[in-house]
Amino acid sequence: MDNSQPQHTVVSIEGVAKSYWRGGQVVPVLEDISLDIERGEFLALMGPSGSGKSTLLNLIAGIDSVDAGSIIVDGVNIVGLDESELADWRAAHVGFIFQFYNLIPVLTAFENVELPLLLTSLSRRERREHVQAALSVVSLQDRMDHYPSQLSGGQQQRVAIARAIVSDPSILVADEPTGDLDRISAGEILGLMGRLNSEFGKTIIMVTHDPRAAEKAHTIRYLEKGVMVDVHP
Amino acid sequence: MFILKIFFRNALSHRLRTGLTILGITIAILAFGLLRTVAGLWHIGVERSLATRLVTRNAISLVFSLPISYYDRIRQVPGVKSVSYGNWFGGVYIDEKYFFANEAIEPQSFLELYPEFILSDDQKQAFIHDRKGCIVGKKLASRYGWKLGDQLILKGTIFPGQWEFVLRGIFRGAEKSTEERVLFFHWDYLNETLKKTVPRRADQVGFYIIGIDKPEQAAQVSQDVDRLFKNSLAETLTETEKAFQLGFASMTGAIMVAIQIVSYVVIVIIMAVVANTMAMTARERIGQYAIFKTMGFKGYHIAGMVFGESLLISITGCICGILLTFPAGHLFGDLLGDYLPSFEVKQSTIYMDLGFGVLVGIVAGIFPTVRAVKIRIADGLRRIG
Repeated sequence: MDNSQPQHTVVSIEGVAKSYWRGGQVVPVLEDISLDIERGEFLALMGPSGSGKSTLLNLIAGIDSVDAGSIIVDGVNIVGLDESELADWRAAHVGFIFQFYNLIPVLTAFENVELPLLLTSLSRRERREHVQAALSVVSLQDRMDHYPSQLSGGQQQRVAIARAIVSDPSILVADEPTGDLDRISAGEILGLMGRLNSEFGKTIIMVTHDPRAAEKAHTIRYLEKGVMVDVHP
Repeated sequence: MFILKIFFRNALSHRLRTGLTILGITIAILAFGLLRTVAGLWHIGVERSLATRLVTRNAISLVFSLPISYYDRIRQVPGVKSVSYGNWFGGVYIDEKYFFANEAIEPQSFLELYPEFILSDDQKQAFIHDRKGCIVGKKLASRYGWKLGDQLILKGTIFPGQWEFVLRGIFRGAEKSTEERVLFFHWDYLNETLKKTVPRRADQVGFYIIGIDKPEQAAQVSQDVDRLFKNSLAETLTETEKAFQLGFASMTGAIMVAIQIVSYVVIVIIMAVVANTMAMTARERIGQYAIFKTMGFKGYHIAGMVFGESLLISITGCICGILLTFPAGHLFGDLLGDYLPSFEVKQSTIYMDLGFGVLVGIVAGIFPTVRAVKIRIADGLRRIG
C-alpha cells in the first residue's frame, strides 16, 4: 500500500518497463513510462500498432506484470500483489471494455452483467437491482433476457459496458471499444462513455486508433515504440 | 450454483459434439459391462460349487472312466457321508445347434447331494421310479415348451443311438445362478443299454460325487480315496468341486483374460476420446476463461467449469451406458442362452462402470483444466477476435 499519492490522482505510473520473449529474443515493449491520471479523467492512448498501448492498458488494469517500475491505482501499488490478490483487486477496482465485447455466449445479457457481482457478498435481490440499474444506464433493460448472439454489435458492447460499470469500479479501461463497430454504433458507444465520464464521474482510460474516438477524451497521450511522446507520431 | 450453470450451458452449446461424446462413453460403458459379465460367467460354476462336495475322476483325464465297483469302496472311506455318480452323456436334441448339457446320474443320491435343484416330491418320486424318466431345468423346459409326460429323444454322440426319455420332473434353481438348462436321466438306463449294445463300456462311470460333513475334511478324504486306488488300472484324482470347476475354467482362462483386457482397453480408448474432446473444448474457450479471470474469477472457479463439464459429459454417458446394460444383457442372454448360464449383470460391474465414468471425467479434465487455469490473461484475450 502506498498512500503518498495525491487525492486527485487515481493512477500513478512511474518508470514502468515491459518486454516479451519472442523467438528466443527479448523484445522491449515499454520503456521507462511515467504517467499520472486524474480522478474523473477521460484519457485516450494512441499510437501505431505495436507501440505498446494495449500492453500499458493491461499493466494498469493488473492483467499483466511489469518488469520494472510501479503502478499505483487508487492508493494501491499493484506491482506488489500476487495473482490471487490481483484477482480480488481487479474485481473491486477495474471495469473492462474490449474491442470484441467478450460477452459469455451461453449467458443472457442479464447474467453477463451479473458476473462481476457474483464475487461480492451482495444478495440475489441486491444483484438484480444493480444489474437492472446498469442495464438501464445503457438503455438495454428490455433486452436483458437476450443472449449475445441475439444482439447487434453495438448492443453487445453496451452490455459489456453495463458489465464494466455494475460493480462501480474506480477506473474503466477500454481497449479499442469501437474497433469492431460501424460508425453509428461507434458514435453511440462513445456517447455512452462520455456520459459515464461526465455524469457518473468515471475515470476512463481508452486505447484507440480512431481519432474521432480520441476526440471524446479530455487528454490524449501518444506512444511510439514503447515510449511516451508529446506529439502525434 | 453459477459454476453449475456455466458448465451445463457450455456442455449444451455444442450439442452435436457433446452428444457424440456421450454416445461414445455410453457404448464404451455398455461394452465394458457386457464384457465383464461374460468374463464373470467363466467362474459361475466355481461360484455355485459347495465346499462339502468332492469330485473323483480318472487321474489320467476326465475322458477316461472309472469302474462302478469303486462306489462301495469310496462309501467306506471315513468322513464320506454320501456318494453319487454319473456320466457326461453329450446327447443332441434334434440338431447340434440346440445344445444343452445332459448327464446320466444316480437319481436318489444325486438329488440329495444337489439340493439346489428344487423338485416337488411327487415329481421326484416319479423320476426315481421311472428308469426311462428324466428331469430338466425350468429354463430348458420353457425354451422347448416341454411338459410333464412328454417323450424326448436325444441322439447319442459319446454313446451312439436314439435315446428315449419321458419327462418326469421340471426343477427350478435355488439361486439365480443355478443351472436350469440341463437334463438328467438314470445312469442305470444308460448302463443297461450299454450292456446290451456295447458291453465293454458298461459298468463305468465318468465321475463320482462325494458328500462330506465339513469342508475341513476335504483334504483328508481326497487323499484317502485316491490312496485306495493307487497302483490300480484306474487311479483316481479327487478334488473339491470348486477345484474341479476351476480346472474347467482354467482350460479357457486365456479367453477370459483376453476379454478382460479388451474391456479395459475400451475404457482407455474412450478416456483418450473424451480427453481429446475436452482439450478441444478448453482450447476454444481459452478466451472465455481469460475473461472470467479478468473479472476477478480465480483458478478454482475456472477448474470447476472445465472439470464440471468433463465430469458431466462422462457421468451422463456412464449412466446411459449402465441403464442400457440391463436390457442389452437380457438381449444378450436370450441370444446366447444355449451357451451361457444366466446372464446377470453383477452389482460390482455397475460399481466399476460408475468408477470408470468418474475416472474418465477426471483424467479427461486434468490437462484442459491445468491449461485453462495457467493461461495468462493477456495471452488468452489475444485468442479472441
